[in-house]
Amino acid sequence: MTFSANFSLVLPEIVLAIAALVLLVAGAFRGKVGPIFTLAAVAALLAAAATAVLGPHGRAFGGVYVADAAASYAKVAIYLSSAVAVVLGDRWLAQRGDQKFEYAVLVILAAVGMGVTASAGDLISLYVGVELQSLALYVLAAMRRDDAKSSEAGLKYFVLGALSSGLLLYGASLIYGFTGSTHFSQIALAAAHGGAHGAGLLFGLVFLICGLAFKVSAAPFHMWTPDVYEGAPTPVVGFFAAAPKLAAMMMFARVLGDAFPAAGDQWRQILVIAALLSVFVGAFAGLAQSNLKRLWAYSSIANVGYALLGVAAGGQDGLQSMLVFMVLYMIDVTGFFACLQALNRDGKSMETIEDMAGLVKARPGVALAMTAFSLSALGLPPFSGFWSKFFVFKAAIATGDVMMQWAAVLGLVGSVVAAFYYLRLIKTMWFDAPNGSVDAPSPSARAVGFAAALFSCPIVLFALAWLEPAAKAAAAAFGHA
Amino acid sequence: MPVQAIAFYLLAFVTLASGLLVVSAKNPVHSVLFLITAFFSAAGLFVLLGAEFLAMLLIVVYVGAVAVLFLFVVMMLDIDFAALRQGFVNNLPIGGLVGLVLVGEMIAVVAAVSSNGAAAKQALPNASPGGVPNTEVIGRVLYTDYVFFFQLAGLVLLVAMIGAIVLTLRHKPGVKRQDIGKQVARTPKTGMELVQIKPGEGISE
Repeated sequence: MTFSANFSLVLPEIVLAIAALVLLVAGAFRGKVGPIFTLAAVAALLAAAATAVLGPHGRAFGGVYVADAAASYAKVAIYLSSAVAVVLGDRWLAQRGDQKFEYAVLVILAAVGMGVTASAGDLISLYVGVELQSLALYVLAAMRRDDAKSSEAGLKYFVLGALSSGLLLYGASLIYGFTGSTHFSQIALAAAHGGAHGAGLLFGLVFLICGLAFKVSAAPFHMWTPDVYEGAPTPVVGFFAAAPKLAAMMMFARVLGDAFPAAGDQWRQILVIAALLSVFVGAFAGLAQSNLKRLWAYSSIANVGYALLGVAAGGQDGLQSMLVFMVLYMIDVTGFFACLQALNRDGKSMETIEDMAGLVKARPGVALAMTAFSLSALGLPPFSGFWSKFFVFKAAIATGDVMMQWAAVLGLVGSVVAAFYYLRLIKTMWFDAPNGSVDAPSPSARAVGFAAALFSCPIVLFALAWLEPAAKAAAAAFGHA
Repeated sequence: MPVQAIAFYLLAFVTLASGLLVVSAKNPVHSVLFLITAFFSAAGLFVLLGAEFLAMLLIVVYVGAVAVLFLFVVMMLDIDFAALRQGFVNNLPIGGLVGLVLVGEMIAVVAAVSSNGAAAKQALPNASPGGVPNTEVIGRVLYTDYVFFFQLAGLVLLVAMIGAIVLTLRHKPGVKRQDIGKQVARTPKTGMELVQIKPGEGISE
């Protein structure tokens, strides 16, 4: 492969990197963010998504970067979700007189990092992509530095993220030590031979899984999530809960599917335990929450559990169910946080469940949309949340493995427990007495919220017709390292 | 050969001794100075291996930039290191236990790798393969095979820089900054004000 052919494969990243640099210089000299600036950032993300779909497939730089159907699928979702985050975040920060041009630049750079992790074919590109994405996200969490909670969120995220990067790196170095290569294909070869250093290799794999579980906020490593979500700016939380989770799930799929297919029995047990723990921690800890951002943090932990169950089911069906699940969940969660950001009382964010009392009288549209998201997260049939869980449970049961079938049953139990807090939110919005007026929502946030709500109920039924084959093609791309 | 051996043992001893002094020195400034000694002797070890590029890199980057930065931070931040050490004796048992576990694990891993890991099967790296100096070899590999990582690492550093600026740069209204254009454009008219003071009254301002 020629040098330039390598670069044609990484075109989405190049487009985004150049856009970030141009916007950075433009912002530094102009100093303020206009609609053109935001539009340019969105256009760059859309262009990158288009190149990810239309660009050539293959392996660049000796296999460290993989452009395949799975990478395209994930990148489109990641870039689109980043574009929504740019629009919503700029509006939200502008309303609070805290608009910064660096916001859009950091979101774009985070998208570059997530794209790289989604198409990693090597431990080094995995790690550098993780760092690029995480560093940008730490800064985004602390964006409102005059707000003590935002600073706390940023610092907490940074310290725990650094710890998880350390775990990841330790695992990666052990794997490199025992296999002699950082390439996923070489690792797969060495792992298949097993032999005397199989135990050491597993040791490294466990560390790697721990590091990734931190990034995806799966259960034993979830402690940072509620605090960070509570403190970080609302549109940033909407971004955190969507795109980086898909990127981290892609890393799971890449590492486990491409590099360790031979150790499937071992990592499947770890993933099932992490998945079930996530589901139950998310369900039970969520019961005690009164802040909606914290509540949705626990909800995201539970949802990550279901996605991990899909990865644990393994094979094409399992990975396909994970990909469908994550995209449907991303749309739901983006819509929910868009609604939450649209709701302000006297210029202050409404974040607790009591704030939502009687919302249906003040803002019927937003209340209806939030009801749709709650029902979807609960998993009621026509909503998208039902379909995402349906695919995961179907894949888990189709494995024919007793452990996976029990895991599916327990996951179902967990979602019944979690139904309590979703229904409580709906009850508060519809039947409690309102306690004050609500400011007019910003048009962009309301538009995103309504669009996502519409997707969640009727559109998903039609969208599944092409989402499912797209995810199927993407899932087929794994395991060819 | 004996000269090499003497140089190796001398440099290795100085590296280890100054590394120990970094953590045991009472005065943090002394710690940083010992750290510089440790870096310097480690650079000497690299030269013995024939990796002169890494040696110079260690001196330029670590001694020249990082250690001096540490020194600045230690001197500028008023950290009470004596207070930080207060819980040392109380925490010694549990801390020592954790340390012992970590050392044991490291020994186990190193033993496993050196006995049958992949690293044991590979030959020792050659500092100048095919007679090409290692500076040139690193340059060739870095900008061809590893250009993707190289550029990505650049982006990571860019994010770190943007983050530092976003989180610390403030445009406070009351701060008096030097504006050279403004200074040069000053005329007697703008810089001076003639006031007629009546006897017995001050200037009202």
